Amino acid sequence: MVINTTSNTGQSALGLLVTHPGVLSLIQDAGRYGAFNLGLTNGGPADSLAFNWANRLCSNELNATAIEVSIGGLQLTAQVSCVIAVTGAPMPLTINGQKKLLWRSHWVKAGDNIHLGYAPKGVRCYLAVAGGFAIKKSFGSTATVCRESVGGINGSKLMLEDVLPCKNVDRGFKGRLNNKETLKQLMLPKNRQPQYSNEVLLHIVLGYQQTKFSAIEKRMLFSSEYQVSKHWDRMGYRLQGRAIKADIEGILSEGICYGAVQVPADGQPIVLLNDRQTIGGYPKIGAVISQDCAKLSQCRQGDNIRFEPISISQADNLFHLNLRRFQQTELICCD
Amino acid sequence: MSIKITDNIRLEIAGENALMLYFSDRESLSTKITPSISNLVQQAAELIHDSFSSEIIDLIPSYASILVMFNLLEIDHHHLRNKLKKILSQCDIADKIEGRLIELPVYYSLESGMDLVRVANHAKLSVEQVVSIHQSSEYSVYAIGFAPGFAYLGEVDSRIAMPRLTTPRLKVPKGAVAIADKQTAIYPAQSPGGWNIIGLCPTDMFNAHAEPIMPVAVGDRVKFIAIDKYQFLDLGGVLPTQDQDDY
Repeated sequence: MVINTTSNTGQSALGLLVTHPGVLSLIQDAGRYGAFNLGLTNGGPADSLAFNWANRLCSNELNATAIEVSIGGLQLTAQVSCVIAVTGAPMPLTINGQKKLLWRSHWVKAGDNIHLGYAPKGVRCYLAVAGGFAIKKSFGSTATVCRESVGGINGSKLMLEDVLPCKNVDRGFKGRLNNKETLKQLMLPKNRQPQYSNEVLLHIVLGYQQTKFSAIEKRMLFSSEYQVSKHWDRMGYRLQGRAIKADIEGILSEGICYGAVQVPADGQPIVLLNDRQTIGGYPKIGAVISQDCAKLSQCRQGDNIRFEPISISQADNLFHLNLRRFQQTELICCD
Repeated sequence: MSIKITDNIRLEIAGENALMLYFSDRESLSTKITPSISNLVQQAAELIHDSFSSEIIDLIPSYASILVMFNLLEIDHHHLRNKLKKILSQCDIADKIEGRLIELPVYYSLESGMDLVRVANHAKLSVEQVVSIHQSSEYSVYAIGFAPGFAYLGEVDSRIAMPRLTTPRLKVPKGAVAIADKQTAIYPAQSPGGWNIIGLCPTDMFNAHAEPIMPVAVGDRVKFIAIDKYQFLDLGGVLPTQDQDDY
């Protein structure tokens, strides 16, 4: 096999070689912000909680570049020694054919084969490496948005023979990577590992054109069960169920935030996620809170979705509570 | 003459970490497309951008609104709301900023504008008249979004305004100059789309490797200049192949 060692930084760099790209594997950091004047969307990890855990398990900054693997099937060969961690949907992980745990970091040496199987539940997992992958930023971020051909390696999903450059770290490494703690194999306690379900409750902060939906329509939304339709991706999840009617068909095109719940004329809600279009003209009833968007992104066609309203103050409290929980959870050292 | 910007703004919640500023003019409380509101939006967006650092993570200005997305680690919606009001109240908005005038070449023809005949029939005008009316207006860049480099231009002369296609095309060629109601735009890249195509523009509307990345910015004015096929090809234009015309 011809090994392409030229990274998109223009230099020859070693790292993890893609021997099978899987269904949809994308380079992601925390996302692209502030490029609104060019019409660029945010991208970033669909399940930011799992992404953050993968980086923490590798002792990385939370914005370090990792791989988001949707559905599964990614296979890599290490060209360097490094530490990796996989979190998220339970895709079976093997290193050289040996089963390995998710939610834990592992030493990998040059020549090792890393394989991810297919997730029986959940959709996306994150593979991080200590020090992060060294990918050139475009518009301030490495996040891949295929629709825009921006980010990642040439704006595309991972392809066969791509090389994801990363630091070579020997097992005896005693120094400090990223000026953080000494590199160790770490594990998230089992009782703190998120579980993925095919029934998800989404909390909505009412906003945008919420006054254009009558009290009855709102009550119907919050008392009905919806299913994920066949149109679900990183742009948004189109749901199907009881139709909700707005008093208006369209509005003057305006900015769309993460989690916005858009209701087109057919009454079937669409929850807009990381790769959403930045501007649109359908009425919106509000926005799903970020931690629930992450849960939604682990759902697939046929999964059951319910909605519940939440005040912005409650949403704010939940955000900080979850952040505190993330920060205060201590990882178990496995060395 | 200047006016107080806060008289014309409504602040609404959009989501957990997003507030929406809606702008209206003095005559009407509803939001609509006018150059004066657009002017308010641009100046307010600039002011907000310059007045905050890491508290604000993104801004999306549009026709008559600005979506402000903020960092929950640094500010909450109460404080942001107050700070926004304070910042905007301290500023008097000048009556008008004159944007740059950008000329963009367009090859209008039946081979480059697959909906030109439909637009002409709908308008009960000749193809030549449609082309001449489209060129005769100066358009404002009201918003950039939907896709990278997609600039919403307005307003199209009502004689040639035309609703979107009922079934959007799966592929609209790069550079397509198109009309939807009273808006016109150039597709920066091949994409799905339901606007009525009347010509092709050879200028790159979004090129990540060029400086500037986009030839236009919100607030600029755009004038279309008709060119012929040879000029179009000379300027690097590419005519779409037949398979791009499928639905």
